[in-house]
Amino acid sequence: MISLAGRDILHAWGKFIFTGIGLGLLIGVTLTMAGVYRGMVDDGKVLLDNSGADLWVVQKGTLGPYAESSSIPDDLWRSIRAMPGVAQAANVTYLTMQVGKGDEDVRAMVVGIAAGEPGVPGWPPHLVAGRQITRGHYEAVADLATGFQLGDALQIRRNRYTVVGLTRRMVSSNGDPMVFVPLKDAQEAQFLKDNDAILMQRRRTEANPAFNRPGVPGLLDAVIGSQTGNSYVNAILVRIRPEFTPQEVAEPIRRWKRLTVYDRTQMEGILIGKLIATSARQIGMFLAILAIVSAAIVAFIIYTLTMDKIREIAVLKLIGTRNRTIAAMIMQQALVLGVIGFVVGKITATFAAPLFPKYVLLVPGDTVAGFFAVLAICVLSSVVAIRMALKVDPAEAIG
Amino acid sequence: MSARGIRIENLSKRFGEGDTAVLALKDVNMQVAPGEVVGLIGPSGSGKSTLLKCLGAVIDPTSGRMILDDTVIYDDGWKVRDLRALRRDKIGFVFQAPYLIPFLDATDNVALLPMLAGVSNDEARQRALELLTALDVQHRAQAMPSQLSGGEQQRVAIARGLVNRPPVILADEPTAPLDSQRAMAVIRILNDMARRFETAVIVVTHDEKIIPTFKRIYHIRDGVTHEEAGEGRGFD
Repeated sequence: MISLAGRDILHAWGKFIFTGIGLGLLIGVTLTMAGVYRGMVDDGKVLLDNSGADLWVVQKGTLGPYAESSSIPDDLWRSIRAMPGVAQAANVTYLTMQVGKGDEDVRAMVVGIAAGEPGVPGWPPHLVAGRQITRGHYEAVADLATGFQLGDALQIRRNRYTVVGLTRRMVSSNGDPMVFVPLKDAQEAQFLKDNDAILMQRRRTEANPAFNRPGVPGLLDAVIGSQTGNSYVNAILVRIRPEFTPQEVAEPIRRWKRLTVYDRTQMEGILIGKLIATSARQIGMFLAILAIVSAAIVAFIIYTLTMDKIREIAVLKLIGTRNRTIAAMIMQQALVLGVIGFVVGKITATFAAPLFPKYVLLVPGDTVAGFFAVLAICVLSSVVAIRMALKVDPAEAIG
Repeated sequence: MSARGIRIENLSKRFGEGDTAVLALKDVNMQVAPGEVVGLIGPSGSGKSTLLKCLGAVIDPTSGRMILDDTVIYDDGWKVRDLRALRRDKIGFVFQAPYLIPFLDATDNVALLPMLAGVSNDEARQRALELLTALDVQHRAQAMPSQLSGGEQQRVAIARGLVNRPPVILADEPTAPLDSQRAMAVIRILNDMARRFETAVIVVTHDEKIIPTFKRIYHIRDGVTHEEAGEGRGFD
């Protein structure tokens, strides 16, 4: 038996190809949306991977340092370093801000890393060019996505930094590229005020009789000194010894240091379950709408193609064609349309993904799931046309 | 009496119920022998199409009997189970317009019926080519319907009606869109094929040009038929 669907497609191939391309662009958008979500999840995981930490020690009762602000004294890391099971501990600060790039600026997450050496938690684990930070001030390592080159100058607040190293895929959970600077500079950047603000604060402090006591010389200077400095960090990144479990190390820190500690699983839960949950729901809604629109388009196209063949279907039924042969013809055409659309969509998504400002991750599993979803949508969409075709009276062929 | 070809006895068809009921066919009797071509003529609304649909097993008669090639098809409310297979194997259709499947070439338009009946593609195409040759359109065997002239399309449609060697062919106004010369050619082909394949042919027509060619004519008016002898002239 010849394939009626195949012959019809070959006969009207232009109609099928152009319709398939239109459908494919829609499927491409759908696949890209799924890729945006996967990219967000991957950004979160990359952030955790690149931090090099097993535990995140943050201010008690907060979801810091990524989902909420967290502030803990910068001298706590020493006592945590001495806790059982802790191999390494390092202060870290995170601040998302606009970083000056010549006359322009770029959105970046500025990461303050403690003095040490590569391998210390918080340091960029690998560079694609240049070197790691070796000085205590005014050097930076930037992600390629910031657009900086080696030797470029970048501006954070009032200070200028020289880019000495470049890294890749170091991003925040929002997809903002990272800029690593020395911890002290980052702490200053978090609290640094302009000169006028500093002068006004000094005047206020001087006018406060509680701080400016005639009988206590030096108190005013001490207070002013404490107001202009910053001895806080956002978190302490902890790497544990292999023989310990995260829980064994985290529990004493929680108990004795009165701090909140998250392990990798909990931090993933915060990033994916809370930080990007709203965005994920948003994308989910888009995916659902796009799936419905795709189904409606396929249904409409197949319905129209079938309507165009009503007389032929009546003749086919009159000369004894089985209903299932006619139904198979319509369903096969819907499936072919879906396959053409999926191939076009996959190609579109693959080539379009790198053009997006945020990371778009096209996962093979999503591609396979998308393919079967498209086929399912096509089968369901052809039902309306099949029902109509089966209702065609063979007598219509006689007149 | 032999029932080869087609025979109907007291066939009636009523549409609707009660006060709105319309009796479209009233005790119609008809017999067409194998190899015979008869005309069925009548004005619009006389019941021609209804009779053709009953003969084509497309709609069920309300009462009466229909015997096709020694097989009872309808008998006062009873009918054979698989009318679709019956139409495919026992009845050939030729329409006013050829209604060829636009995405199949001439050969496959003809071969489709035997393929639907389970005949292999090669054998079905062989049968189709034989018929296209008999109808003198073998040179257009690979052409799509849109590439065929009106006359060629009608000959392909006739080949499709004949390909399963049905005992009866129902031709609904087969010459309506054709000029006199081509109309006569179609009627000649139908007569030739009827004789060659021992097929009973019923031609529904308004066409004054071809009515004199029938040896027997059934007139139908208000759902009632009566038979009369035709002129049986030649086809030139």
